[in-house]
Amino acid sequence: MKDAVLIASVGKRFGAVQALQEVNLSVGEGELFGFIGADGAGKTTLFRILVTLLLPDEGRAEVLGLDVVRSYRDIRKRIGYMPGKFSLYPDLSVEENLRFFASVFGTTVEKNYELIRDIYSQLEPFKTRRAGKLSGGMKQKLALSCALVHRPEVLFLDEPTTGVDAVSRKEFWQMLGRLREQGMTILVSTPYMDEAVLCDRIAFMQEGRMLALDTPTGITTLFRKPLFAIRARETWRLLCVLRVSPHAASVYAFGIALHYTDNRPSIRADELLAALQADGFTDVSVSVIQPGIEDTFIALMEEKQGAADE
Amino acid sequence: MSEPVIHTDKLTKRFGDFIAVDALSLTISGGEIFGFLGANGAGKTTAIRMLTGLLAPTSGKATVAGFDLYTGAEGVKRNIGYMSQRFSLYDDLTVRENIRFFAGIYGLTNQAIKEKSRQLLDSLKLVAVADTRLASLPLGWKQKLAFSVAILHEPKIVFLDEPTGGVDPVTRRRFWDMIYEASERGLTIFVTTHYMDEAEYCDSLCIMVDGKVAALDRPDAMKRHFGVESMNEVFIQLARPNQTE
Repeated sequence: MKDAVLIASVGKRFGAVQALQEVNLSVGEGELFGFIGADGAGKTTLFRILVTLLLPDEGRAEVLGLDVVRSYRDIRKRIGYMPGKFSLYPDLSVEENLRFFASVFGTTVEKNYELIRDIYSQLEPFKTRRAGKLSGGMKQKLALSCALVHRPEVLFLDEPTTGVDAVSRKEFWQMLGRLREQGMTILVSTPYMDEAVLCDRIAFMQEGRMLALDTPTGITTLFRKPLFAIRARETWRLLCVLRVSPHAASVYAFGIALHYTDNRPSIRADELLAALQADGFTDVSVSVIQPGIEDTFIALMEEKQGAADE
Repeated sequence: MSEPVIHTDKLTKRFGDFIAVDALSLTISGGEIFGFLGANGAGKTTAIRMLTGLLAPTSGKATVAGFDLYTGAEGVKRNIGYMSQRFSLYDDLTVRENIRFFAGIYGLTNQAIKEKSRQLLDSLKLVAVADTRLASLPLGWKQKLAFSVAILHEPKIVFLDEPTGGVDPVTRRRFWDMIYEASERGLTIFVTTHYMDEAEYCDSLCIMVDGKVAALDRPDAMKRHFGVESMNEVFIQLARPNQTE
């Protein structure tokens, strides 16, 4: 597989802030690649370097085999970029925005309509509405249509689903899945851990560094301790009790259950259950579970934090 | 059960022909964590703007923190706290200046501001960075401070509008610790979120669809009613009722 994107030892500093440090990775052609991390992790800086809007301080990067510094003009014609902040013209209508972006890239909406039909058809009833007057979900669909209108070979989507409701997020990822089936390379960043499983491979980003890089299933093998899901009627009291337990290695709320690791290596679920029942918890259950992406991300964050504290 | 902190009866807001909020009826008791969910455009923001006294309702009744929304909007504003992820503190001010500014806005006296600032810096362990500009602090610290500042004037209720958007998974959970602690002390929490695991942490939930209340119940009762395991599934069923896969 050829590399669509290559990043080698890239670093970027803004004054005292090291926004990116020693980032290395490559994205294959046709891959759907996710950058997972919170605000301030460096995702946007990395994207801005790749789409040739920002120069790296260290290292080098290539998109479609072209250097991001020397060949920025050629790269720009062949990629699509949807920034995190809504960047279309609020005073132009839906249709005017789309035509404008098509004309900038020397093409027409009609020529590539097939590619965007799936997404744009949902906007067509509102095509005369000003972009500034659209709801959040519709703005996002229009921005994606504009990023696709010149049929780019690589698509960069910077936090396309931040602030978007759970249902619209699901629909957005279905659209990405269909674009991927057509062979487009997609790089997407997100703070939502549940979206990571929909990518071919993911990179965890935290404070400018890559914490891990693997397939969604592969990455969870970095979680090495037995993980327990504990449920009780009084979740909050359970959390408080477990936190002060001398045996607790980690306790985090995950919806209706707590995810717990113990610092005794061979502890069993039934032993934990008995201890909690002795503490007066009724209606409590303990089971061994497979760690998910979010469990793994938290564990890697803590590992790094622990190392930094020493 | 204590006095309701929010009570609305068929609260409605129209913009021309468009009904943004259609007959919203809610009762929220003291100390409750109330989750307010809905798809983008479902009317959440309009409802919050009415409940915080920023937007006059078209019809219906409502009292918030003991004040009527029509006749006592100023009283509402003085007796509630508000925090959103995007717009809360000033990055260019120091920690101390931010506290001072917001305390002043809420009408605390100079003496009270001094005292509150000292208490807050102590309890949040921010003494060492009191004169540091906010921009250079970690997000988790900023969030803690933003929440504390929003409740500095001891309101009965605090509105949290997507307080955890874009936050890392550990900071997000620490934020919910603060919510729980504040609720234990009797503060009423009105919170919106797009994270469905956070919906599970609420005492009761309201899901808005197209300006109307589509469901209003405790999370466990809601899941039972829809016969599903998670709030995510409830949300997906409700928010797009016509789409099945």
